[in-house]
Amino acid sequence: MSTGRILKDRIAGKSVWLVTLFSGLILFLIIVGLYLKSAPILHSHSLSDLLFESKWKPGKNQFGFLPYILSTVYVTFISLVIAVPLCVLCAIYMSEYANKKVKGFVTSLVDILAGIPSVIFGIWGIILIVPFISNKLAPAFGHEDSTGYSILAGGLVLAVMVFPIVIHIMLEVLRTVPVELREASLSLGANKWETIKKVVLRKAAPGISAAIVLGFSRAFGETLAVLMVVGNTALIPKSLFDSGYPLPALIANNYGEMMSIPLYDSALMFAALLLLTVILVFNVIARMVIMRLEKQMI
Amino acid sequence: MKTSTSTSFKNNFPLSLQETEVAEEKVIPLGGLKPHISVRNLNISYGSQRILKNVSIDIPNKKITAIIGPSGCGKTTLLKTFNRLIESADGINIDGEVLVDGENIYGNDVEVTHIRKKMGLLSQRPMPLPMSIFDNIAYGMRIHGIRKKALLQEKVEHYLRQASLWEEVKDRLHHPATKLSIGQQQRLCLARGLAVEPEIILGDEPTSALDPISSQRIEEKFVELKKDYTVIMVTHILRQARRIADYIIFMWLGEIVEHGPAQELLENPKEEMTREYVKGVIS
Ligand SMILES: Nc1ncnc2c1ncn2[C@@H]1O[C@H](COP(=O)(O)OP(=O)(O)O)[C@@H](O)[C@H]1O
Ligand SMILES: [Mg+2]
Repeated sequence: MSTGRILKDRIAGKSVWLVTLFSGLILFLIIVGLYLKSAPILHSHSLSDLLFESKWKPGKNQFGFLPYILSTVYVTFISLVIAVPLCVLCAIYMSEYANKKVKGFVTSLVDILAGIPSVIFGIWGIILIVPFISNKLAPAFGHEDSTGYSILAGGLVLAVMVFPIVIHIMLEVLRTVPVELREASLSLGANKWETIKKVVLRKAAPGISAAIVLGFSRAFGETLAVLMVVGNTALIPKSLFDSGYPLPALIANNYGEMMSIPLYDSALMFAALLLLTVILVFNVIARMVIMRLEKQMI
Repeated sequence: MKTSTSTSFKNNFPLSLQETEVAEEKVIPLGGLKPHISVRNLNISYGSQRILKNVSIDIPNKKITAIIGPSGCGKTTLLKTFNRLIESADGINIDGEVLVDGENIYGNDVEVTHIRKKMGLLSQRPMPLPMSIFDNIAYGMRIHGIRKKALLQEKVEHYLRQASLWEEVKDRLHHPATKLSIGQQQRLCLARGLAVEPEIILGDEPTSALDPISSQRIEEKFVELKKDYTVIMVTHILRQARRIADYIIFMWLGEIVEHGPAQELLENPKEEMTREYVKGVIS
């Protein structure tokens, strides 16, 4: 190699390394910053009080985050229970059954969906999902008093919002499964469904899990649309039709307000730290699971 | 072709019996060989692009037939029509007849899995299923209803031995098949195909991804297998066809230019084009 090319190769290698280092550094700085900012509340309240107490009365110096934590978990969980099976089925249909025309059409539809701003989803939730829940769904399950602004509404809106990104990745993953692998299974006398279930999905399992993880991460943090339909009351939701108050909504609704209350600012920073930690821990665990899947099967 | 009833157990009859029966139903001279697959006026196109043009050919029973020709001439396509894998391609038109044991596999009430079960397939790149070595072999048998563990174990060993892989893998049957070397993977794929008890082995350039020694082992296997199976192999290696083929089909731009017993076709081709291809003038 000429010295010029060697030099370019070195620079390229170094700069990739630098960029990686830089993004790691930013994450580290965010965590440190959030920690420092939430230090006051961590000093005056025990961690278990903060995490497991359900009384939220900042004026009386009570900061129980449990309602927020549970609301976040519930909304995320509902959205994934709805979105994951639909996404998997839809991805299978698109990659294994649909012809080129349908595929092209649905793909562009999904891409459009991905580009819609969250506020639009929020409005859609308010004018469609919320009344539907309060007029039809909740009474059908014996919850006559539901306003419709509920964790179910949040979960539904969120499901629609994570749908495009999850489906997009799943399609990419299924596309990497070689045609010859499907043919190998078919040639042994397996039918199409057996081939999909036992070979294609198995081969794609790590990638499909990764898609779900990404969906989860997005769902955990999604703020605006959920905030618009979830009701925002700091009580532990007792049913799907009760309102809730997820962590991102807490931060977005209150940051910069009520700063006269002592420790309030610090409490919000702690909420952010909590959210970030949950997402990070979840991602690390998920990554480990995916790696094991890959080792076992691929 | 219509006279014989379409049965797969016909193959289990003593050879002499079959030959007398077959002598009278031949359509295209096969040099005294009994056909196992007969293709009649097969046309295949993707949209307006014609891939196979009016192909009619008989594939001899229990011989090694090599399909040769330059790349893109339709060898893979022809091979995939034999087990109807071709029909899963988007926008494909298939016209004509393919008779396996006298049964038109493109007929209306033919069950496709039954056809595919009759043939084992080796692809260009070995494609182990994403599961253990054991499960790879057991996959087809389980699909066809064998559930007993002892029987599965016995058969898995049998077919791994038949593909000369048993000694190398017997201690790690439950490891992922993808951990095997490419050459071992291809023998695994062979064993897996044999395990569904086919009559025909299809190979699409099955040695092209392998090292010379692994290639040689596959070739040796094919020669061994033709005792009991009809072997059809696409190859672009002329020497390979020379080494193991009994019968050769030479294709060019979607048409069969010439076909015949290997030695005859290689040493004394009737067509100018075949002569040039065999001499290596065109490739
Ligand atoms: N899925 C497909 N769609 C359109 N054309 C195809 C497809 N698969 C193969 N072809 C075309 O069919 C022709 C024959 O291909 P193939 O049978 O794979 O040739 P070979 O195996 O002899 O190299 C080629 O011209 C190829 O471009
Ligand atoms: Mg080919």
